[in-house]
Amino acid sequence: MNTPRMLNILLVCSLLPLSVAVKADDLCLFANAPPAYQAECGSCHIAFPPQLLGAGDWRQVMATLDRHYGDNASLDEAVRRTIADFLVGHAGPPSKVGAGGGAARPGALPRLTATPWFTRKHREVPRADWSHPKVKTPSNCGACHTRAAQGSYREREIVLPDGRRWED
Amino acid sequence: MKGTAIILLVLGTPLVQAATPGEILASYRAEATRVSPGYRPSVAQGAHLYGRQFGVSEKMPACSGCHTARPSQPGRHVVTDKAIKPLAPTANAERFTDPAKVEKWFRRNCTEVVGRECSAAEKADFMTFVMEGR
Ligand code: HEC
Ligand code: HEC
Ligand code: HEC
Repeated sequence: MNTPRMLNILLVCSLLPLSVAVKADDLCLFANAPPAYQAECGSCHIAFPPQLLGAGDWRQVMATLDRHYGDNASLDEAVRRTIADFLVGHAGPPSKVGAGGGAARPGALPRLTATPWFTRKHREVPRADWSHPKVKTPSNCGACHTRAAQGSYREREIVLPDGRRWED
Repeated sequence: MKGTAIILLVLGTPLVQAATPGEILASYRAEATRVSPGYRPSVAQGAHLYGRQFGVSEKMPACSGCHTARPSQPGRHVVTDKAIKPLAPTANAERFTDPAKVEKWFRRNCTEVVGRECSAAEKADFMTFVMEGR
């Protein structure tokens, strides 16, 4: 139930960018991210942590950007490849995150909100919080993780949509 | 020709290139005029494109669905709920200053909402309406 454990399991935070005035561990999830990642993959939703989906799943997402969960996220090939290399290179180990369910239905895309890891980590979150009108969809991480846009998911930063803090 | 000079200025540089909304509008206008001589950008046509319920995509029927009824207001992505800054340059100085970014979003959003890419005339109309800052 603590953040350090998750960090230990999933992340190798060796090469942190030390420039900006943000605490180093906030940037952990985006370490080594090319600037295009935030710019291109953080415009319609927050940029998701690459560690929360396996390499095969990221390849599938990055190969189908023109048919992207009912939206069109197509990119020119050079940018697409830069981002794909980054995501695949920082993907979570399949033994930890599991698969995102993409192959379950033909034509369906993998979701980091459908991995066994995500489900397990969130199993104590009450149904009422997921169905709160401010949440809309489980991929709206920022509805509960107040610093998700910065790649930070620490427990003390969680504020549930009705304003409750997560403390247990 | 003035229009040609602006097109070269705007489109001749492949990488991120600063431009003003006026320059980007002028290049769409020049392109539209080549296709139909006598074309003039229309606020009314732009407003129509902005607010029309195309109904092509069930979740994204209209530009105003995410950008709200007024371009000067902040919007929200209808599916992800992510905040979107206002489209009007009067309310958000970053808008319409990067020709490649503008093209990319016209391509994506027109394909989703209208069901095809928008013409240069439609883009010029849309920009003319949005730049009014209503
Ligand atoms: C044009 C808008 C747009 C852009 C740009 C975009 N996405 Fe998405 N993305 C969406 C929408 C809409 C969804 C569906 C959200 C939902 O159903 O919860 C989505 C969902 C996802 C999901 C699944 C989330 C989940 O677990 O439910 C992943 C992974 C994803 N996007 C990755 C990316 C990556 C990587 C990029 C950059 C290459 C990107 N997106 C760019 C619109 C976009
Ligand atoms: C409805 C609110 C809500 C949403 C939406 C949500 N989470 Fe969470 N998340 C929580 C809560 C509450 C916890 C703490 C659960 C616990 O400690 O049992 C948590 C825990 C986590 C953790 C920490 C796990 C650990 O062991 O430290 C991560 C990482 C995380 N969420 C990522 C995400 C991502 C990524 C998204 C979006 C794709 C997301 N969450 C969406 C509520 C949410
Ligand atoms: C599903 C939500 C959604 C819909 C519907 C939508 N847009 Fe957008 N639009 C966005 C997002 C997200 C961005 C980029 C985020 C940002 O820059 O703040 C954007 C950006 C833009 C830009 C970029 C302007 C700039 O210079 O930054 C233009 C132009 C644009 N949209 C036009 C349109 C048009 C035209 C339509 C209707 C045909 C439309 N949009 C419908 C979500 C949407």
